Amino acid sequence: MVVMTNHAIHAEGLTKHYGATTALDGIDLTVPEGTVLGVLGPNGAGKTTAVRILATLLRPDAGRATVAGHDVVKDPNAVRRSIGLTGQYASVDEQLSGRENLELFARLLDFTRPDARARAAELLEQFGLAEAADRRAKTYSGGMRRRLDLAASLVGRPAVIFLDEPTTGLDPSKRDDVWNMVRLLTSEGTTVLLTTQYLEEADALADAITVIDLGKVIAHGTASELKQIVGGRSLQVRPENVRDTADIRAVLSRITGRPVGEPIRGLLTAPIEDEQQFTNVVVDLASRGIPVTEISLSLPSLDEVFFTLTGQGASAPATTKELV
Amino acid sequence: MTTMTVPQVPQPRPASSLPWVRHSLSLAGRSVRKMLRHPEQFFDVTLQPVLFLIIFVYVLGGAIAGSTQDYLQFVLPGILIQTVLFSTIAIGVNLNTDIKEGVFDRFRSLPIPRSAPLVGATIAECLRYAITIGVTMVAGFVMGFRTSTSPAKVAAAMLLVLFFAWCMCWIAIWLGMIMREAGSVQGIGFLALFPLTFGSSMFAATDTMPGWLQAWVKINPVTHLTDAMRGLLTGGPVAQDALIALGTSALILAVFAPLAVRAYRTKA
Repeated sequence: MVVMTNHAIHAEGLTKHYGATTALDGIDLTVPEGTVLGVLGPNGAGKTTAVRILATLLRPDAGRATVAGHDVVKDPNAVRRSIGLTGQYASVDEQLSGRENLELFARLLDFTRPDARARAAELLEQFGLAEAADRRAKTYSGGMRRRLDLAASLVGRPAVIFLDEPTTGLDPSKRDDVWNMVRLLTSEGTTVLLTTQYLEEADALADAITVIDLGKVIAHGTASELKQIVGGRSLQVRPENVRDTADIRAVLSRITGRPVGEPIRGLLTAPIEDEQQFTNVVVDLASRGIPVTEISLSLPSLDEVFFTLTGQGASAPATTKELV
Repeated sequence: MTTMTVPQVPQPRPASSLPWVRHSLSLAGRSVRKMLRHPEQFFDVTLQPVLFLIIFVYVLGGAIAGSTQDYLQFVLPGILIQTVLFSTIAIGVNLNTDIKEGVFDRFRSLPIPRSAPLVGATIAECLRYAITIGVTMVAGFVMGFRTSTSPAKVAAAMLLVLFFAWCMCWIAIWLGMIMREAGSVQGIGFLALFPLTFGSSMFAATDTMPGWLQAWVKINPVTHLTDAMRGLLTGGPVAQDALIALGTSALILAVFAPLAVRAYRTKA
């Protein structure tokens, strides 16, 4: 049930073409104040284009959007005053130190010189960059760079923050750092729009998830609502011998009546309708004499949600693997 | 529209009443810091004028003017202009690569005028031009160049060439925005500057040239700039040439600054 709240971000029918390519094909997005929306989709789904439009870096070909109550096309400066942007593109000046970067952005946001200095020092402290503050950003490690990027987007204490794939390319421990910072932000009431290819990330951080693919919204809901789309439960089977994988996949597919995806980390997963199907699989595998090391029933992961919605895996398996 | 209660950023008091100037100056500060961190960026503006002075005066001076000292008096304003004009290309080359880096997208997401990052960069460039002018004057003085006008006129000469270069650098910025590669900016910039500088009264008296070349030299704005500079530094008529040089500068600025800003805005 939709509860009437104020929307920090509201977009209707956003469309963007690049020549013959349609990057966005009528996207609707709604983010209530103080919540986190995870925009989930594979590479090329249109996530970055949507963020660039909402952050006033690009003009939509059609549709309208407001951010913090301001129209992104008619009043871009008011939007710019209310937002912070962090992405692989909106970053910092590598030739300047962390402190110089933050002070520059503060000055550009009309802080007086002493205020700019104080705000930069505060953020450097908060993001654990105080020691590296006077080193060129170029010399920072990947995790430090990401923290500086994040700090840079918070200089003006924006009401709305866009994080475009904030953890792409980070190793798991650094990713946890970023996650904790996002949680800290939201605990202070900031509205966050987060794009990610990682289902796990959306599940961990977002209040609601919008799934987009090929420039269209294909699903929207909470993580648990999306999981219900798949039918509640799923069956997981780990073959003892890799060569049996195809046979087991065929069995699962026949009994559940749905296509079964490639094994993820050696585990085959199939959504099932009822527990009878579980029994049927066990009996079928036993009668064929196919050995398995694990067979279990579990709530579905978002990976399966994505597979069900798009008929393909979400992100490249290699990058998903790095996360776990 | 429902009432919005999104918490607004507490608006810091503007530090001055001219945000455009302040933002541009902050961004100029950024460019200057970067420059100071890459001192090799000063090689062209410091060593080049000295080398050119030595080559032109001591190698060619005797042949062109009969005496190296006479030629130095004649050619110094030309070398000054030539080095400053050639150093205007750098901003186009630098911005062409700079803009591909993420920080420009952050600038675009900030509530600052669209042109501020470009204006800031040009202000910082003026520092390089001023260094070139200073180095050329000092080197010339050491070699024996003497001004024969008032300090005010010498200062006016410096400001005139600085303004001309500042206007010209917008052409380089525009090229930097529309060209795909930094190398092409450099190539086209040099190609355009050769006829403008060598095809002028910089290095030889116009009446020694063939008629077709005189026709070009006489309409070349750099000739007027050179003649005005000579007037201001070593005496002679100034007003008409200075007006033409100023008018041309203003025209270049009026055409290329908006083109450059527009190209920057549309460059995603």
